[in-house]
Amino acid sequence: MDASSRRPGANALVELVDVSKIYRMGDVEVLALQEVSLTIAEGEFVAVMGPSGSGKSTLMNIIGCLDRPTSGRFRLAGREMGGLSRSALARVRNEMLGFVFQHFNLLPRTSALENVELPLVYAGLPARKRQARALNALARVGLGDRADHQPSQLSGGQQQRVAIARALVNEPRLIVADEPTGALDSRTSMEVMEIFQELGRSGVTILLVTHEPDIARCAARLLSMRDGRILSDQRQRPLPANPHGVPAGAIEARA
Amino acid sequence: MKANTLARLAGRALTRNKMRSFLTTLGVVIGVGAVIAMTAIGEGARVRVQQTFEAMGTNMLIVLPGSSASGGMQGGFGSQPTLTWDDLRSIQTELSTVRAAAAVLRASAVVQSEDQNWTTAIVGTTPEYFLIRTWGVAAGHGMTQEDVDSGAKVVLLGQTVVEKLFGARANPVGQVVRIKMVPYQVIGVLLKKGQSPMGSDYDDTAIVPVTTFQAKVQGGLTKFLAGAIFVSAVSPEATSRAQQQIAGLLRDRHRLGPGIDDDFSLRNLSEVASAQSQGTAVLTTLLASIAAVSLLVGGIGIMNIMLVSVTERTREIGIRMAVGGRPADILAQFVTEALALSVGGGLIGVGLGIGIAALLAREFHWPTIIRAGTILVSMGFSALVGIVFGLYPAQKASRLDPIEALRFE
Repeated sequence: MDASSRRPGANALVELVDVSKIYRMGDVEVLALQEVSLTIAEGEFVAVMGPSGSGKSTLMNIIGCLDRPTSGRFRLAGREMGGLSRSALARVRNEMLGFVFQHFNLLPRTSALENVELPLVYAGLPARKRQARALNALARVGLGDRADHQPSQLSGGQQQRVAIARALVNEPRLIVADEPTGALDSRTSMEVMEIFQELGRSGVTILLVTHEPDIARCAARLLSMRDGRILSDQRQRPLPANPHGVPAGAIEARA
Repeated sequence: MKANTLARLAGRALTRNKMRSFLTTLGVVIGVGAVIAMTAIGEGARVRVQQTFEAMGTNMLIVLPGSSASGGMQGGFGSQPTLTWDDLRSIQTELSTVRAAAAVLRASAVVQSEDQNWTTAIVGTTPEYFLIRTWGVAAGHGMTQEDVDSGAKVVLLGQTVVEKLFGARANPVGQVVRIKMVPYQVIGVLLKKGQSPMGSDYDDTAIVPVTTFQAKVQGGLTKFLAGAIFVSAVSPEATSRAQQQIAGLLRDRHRLGPGIDDDFSLRNLSEVASAQSQGTAVLTTLLASIAAVSLLVGGIGIMNIMLVSVTERTREIGIRMAVGGRPADILAQFVTEALALSVGGGLIGVGLGIGIAALLAREFHWPTIIRAGTILVSMGFSALVGIVFGLYPAQKASRLDPIEALRFE
């Protein structure tokens, strides 16, 4: 299935209406998000770019149900997230969301398999089902043979693939990735992006935060943020990430 | 999360840092070990004291003749015979709280066998005496009322006397011994009773019918009972009431008006026994509370390490929350860890306590008794310590903000 064939708005997964987020630091109020409205359709691959402090992380945290907006409405898969308790939000994260972080955030001294199993532990799955699904997810990111390796025995790229497998294992509707290539070299970055594109093609909705233009060009939709607002919202033809070399698009962007 | 998942998680987290976990539990180990060992010692001492007093006789009161005061000289109790045989009969028949009463006359005399002799306490009494002292025979048979009525020349020997006259393990029943040159037939050997609470040997005695004692040992029948009256009350609770009744009866019989001192004295041995028991019970409580304090200190140690652990594992907590761990799951995880530490420590402590008690019993022959209740209580207490002292750190963990936690370096 081709990602570009999907029509945004047809099946809204994420709906933000006038969402603001204000942090209070002592007496100073910091406006992290200013009345942001945004709709992401099921199956979209969206990249968010912007300098640090632009509000992209706050946006990601709110969409990822890790944080709550100060005002405005946020619906995920048609469900209002505003008044949910911490426990209910944890449920939503467990059932509908997958996270990939810049620094992988794997549990140390714990095998890749058990790291991937973690969301399923909280979903209450029995051990045998957990293991089968975790092995399957690891195979999807090409690490089926590293299930018993601990994070310290894996390269950065491999660790991030384990993290992607963990994000995938509960079959989420949305994967939220926060600078997933930020700690990787460009070659490994492209390997990881290849996996994201593969996931996008299989119909998973992806929200990816980055400040690298090369990475952002792998997405079909690009949001630019500054000072807590969305400056631009463009659709683009995604450049295929080439795991065997630096993609043509990346060279172009650097020039 | 399911209990077994939680338990496995806790086991993993604790074995990851074995030395730290061990040191953390050490407080509880020592606390529980101390509780078990201390109460074992205290309980052993209490039972030993109780047994010693039980050997003396149950619910026992002793009536002694009063002191004589002549010319300003105060003789001790018993220096003047004031108790009569009629007093004894009144005590036996008129009082509801008295189960049995017996005259006990004593003299020191030499007992001779064929080839040995031994100076011992000769006691003249009636069959009730054996009831009061709960003292049975090891061989032969006991004294009968008939022996008393006929003034039979029969004797029951204590184990020590048997040993001195006939050698250990001998059975002298049917043999003849002489007391003050008079031959007596040995009709029975008394069961071994051991030491009195005051340290004298109960078994160093020879017991004859009271009538025989008066005729052959003391010489001459008298109106006065030149010894003591041993009384057994119907129950332990009845002893103090029996004491009052006896005092009232004797004052009445001796026509002692108000303001006049008793011409007899009453000793309530069960009072002494219960005072002793209470003494050891206080000791046990004291030892146990010292031990409980160390258990408490152990709990504080657990709390301390759990707080360190929560801080160290902030990122882990963030990850768990991000993938769907609810605050309740995080709380359960850390409480389980604290519980595993304290219960694990408790189990090791029980082993340690039993070991110490066994060692003391073997090396120093201290009587130690370990009750299942003590083990259950101390295990329950250590579980409680784990929950109470684990709750605060666990709550702290469960209230972390996932974003902050994930950002934690």
